[in-house]
Amino acid sequence: MTINRHESLGLSDQDVLELYRMMLLARRVDERMWLLNRAGKIPFVVSCQGQEAQQVGAAFALDREKDYTAPYYRDVGVVLALGMTARELMLQAFAKAEDPNSGGRQMPGHFGAKKLRMLSGSSPVTTQVPHAVGIGLAAKIEKKDIVSFVTLGEGSSNQGDFHEGLNFASVHKLPVIVMVENNQYAISIPLKKQVACEKISDRALGYGIPGITVDGNDPLAVYQAVKQAADRARASEGPTLIETVSYRLTPHSSDDDDSVYRNKEEVEEAKKKDGVLTFAQYLRDLNILTDSVESDLEQSLKEEIDQATTYAEAASYAEPKSIYHHVYGE
Amino acid sequence: MAQMTMIQAITDGLRTELKNDENVLVFGEDVGQNGGVFRATEGLQSEFGEDRVFDTPLAESGIGGLAIGLATQGFRPVPEIQFFGFVYEVMDSISGQMARLRYRSGNTVNMPITIRSPFGGGVHTPEMHADSLEGLMAQQPGLKVVIPSNPYDAKGLIISSIRDNDPVIFLEHMKLYRSFRDEVPEEAYTVELGKANVTRDGKDVTLIAYGAMVQASMKAAEELEKDGIDAEVIDLRTIAPLDVETIVESVKKTGRAVVIQEAQRQAGIASQIVAEIQERAILYLEAPVLRVAAPDTVYAFTQAEEIWLPNHKDIVEKVNAVINY
Ligand SMILES: Cc1ncc(C[n+]2csc(CCOP(=O)(O)OP(=O)(O)O)c2C)c(N)n1
Ligand SMILES: [Mg+2]
Repeated sequence: MTINRHESLGLSDQDVLELYRMMLLARRVDERMWLLNRAGKIPFVVSCQGQEAQQVGAAFALDREKDYTAPYYRDVGVVLALGMTARELMLQAFAKAEDPNSGGRQMPGHFGAKKLRMLSGSSPVTTQVPHAVGIGLAAKIEKKDIVSFVTLGEGSSNQGDFHEGLNFASVHKLPVIVMVENNQYAISIPLKKQVACEKISDRALGYGIPGITVDGNDPLAVYQAVKQAADRARASEGPTLIETVSYRLTPHSSDDDDSVYRNKEEVEEAKKKDGVLTFAQYLRDLNILTDSVESDLEQSLKEEIDQATTYAEAASYAEPKSIYHHVYGE
Repeated sequence: MAQMTMIQAITDGLRTELKNDENVLVFGEDVGQNGGVFRATEGLQSEFGEDRVFDTPLAESGIGGLAIGLATQGFRPVPEIQFFGFVYEVMDSISGQMARLRYRSGNTVNMPITIRSPFGGGVHTPEMHADSLEGLMAQQPGLKVVIPSNPYDAKGLIISSIRDNDPVIFLEHMKLYRSFRDEVPEEAYTVELGKANVTRDGKDVTLIAYGAMVQASMKAAEELEKDGIDAEVIDLRTIAPLDVETIVESVKKTGRAVVIQEAQRQAGIASQIVAEIQERAILYLEAPVLRVAAPDTVYAFTQAEEIWLPNHKDIVEKVNAVINY
């Protein structure tokens, strides 16, 4: 028998159903983007598939009215949970002028929205870590009750910025949460060629802060870990390093051919643990996700994504002349 | 001889030197089994083994530092930076260290390192993936900066770069990777560093370019010919050191010059060339030397790319201006 694990975390049935809806929305948006890419309608996709559970689980544990985030390019689940819409994501995918992230100036997945207190991410990986630490320091100086939440891939945790950011945050006990989404690969390079430690979270020891590894396919485990880290941050106890373990279910991007460096069986095996499937099963076992709820949900997501796609496809591109705008203040 | 694209010619050059010298090591992000995200190192790991061709963790500063340590021990490292926009992560290793070690050590240490990296626009990749940052490199004494414009040169230049005893930044324009093929000899050969190539003889005006702008200049020269203007085209091949002699000799003959770069206008190679010409050949000039360059903005988004990037029409326009001066 499946036991109810969300009640003790303070989550209602309604909450977990909403959490699941967000995960599924992220998945369905991502799947649609691949179709659009293969049809030649959008230039590039970099996927969240396999990481939705950790992304939405984490975002739900934040104060989504107050906290700051610096998500990385796979975080479709994080940005949706924080209030970005499917339409906005599609505007970004089509690189249209109305894209709130960068008006089509950056690659897809480079999220940023001032109104959502989301830092504008850029292409060089891990640069966002010290930025998030700066936000944490600002909060401390201004005595603001906010948490600064930043994510990155496990491969990216080998950049100097990771160390420099975490070290500063730890010395100054800043309200920062660093979540490493370990999906086993950095493009073609498997985990064992990236790091020699057993867990990415082992590195926390060197900073004198807690390091936690959780199952990234389990949104409730991630919710719990991030909630504890947020409580710790708000109590001025300092940063936490969280590693969420999952698997990248798609190639690195729409430009990558993963058959060169990993075999199909490995991917198929990982699909069995896919958080979107296992969490749906959990909700079904508890009778929260009934057949009718599920089909209504799929139907409404399909409509939402259809509308988002139609809108974004018809929207205009930025005027080429606008290239001259915003290089400096005008 | 085989017909090769520029990227195949580069792979072939790397293979030639891996075979030729066991101290040559190729490494970087995804260069091993994956053969590089553009496939420039395809097949090299299976041919030469994981000790000679290997993946590194995702950390460019570490890649640069590693190359320096290896170079002190007699190796010839050929690291790849996956996209040249990420060179900022490794600037200290490049400009602060490898460029200066020979000088600092009183010539007791030298850095036979060749850093390869794709760069350049026109393939619909946005900023940080398409920037022309060669000017940053050329400003650093101690570095050589090589930019091939075609498959034949690419193989000869990569071999020369690897054999060179000073650090070389070898920049591979993404638009040229697969856009055309050339006859490329199967054996080893070199193309001299620091030596420009006159790709078209002419008497009325000198066009000076490198990388993807060489093709644009050749195309402009063809159009100008229809109007009776005979343009000479110089492919710099190496922007540091600059082959000032070839440039000045040509300008003394033609009396007019247009310098073309894909990079933004401000503080670029083109400005440097204009300065060299006016210092050495001002009395031969019939008109001011003009530049064709990209505007001083961040690299263009896709819809703006076409108007942003310099093209043959911009070159024709500037040539007409110097002819009709
Ligand atoms: C500084 C820098 N170097 C290289 C790249 C190219 N690149 C983009 S994503 C990536 C791999 C990232 O792997 P990981 O951190 O594990 O994140 P994942 O994509 O697996 O989620 C690389 C090498 C980059 N964006 N930035
Ligand atoms: Mg990864």
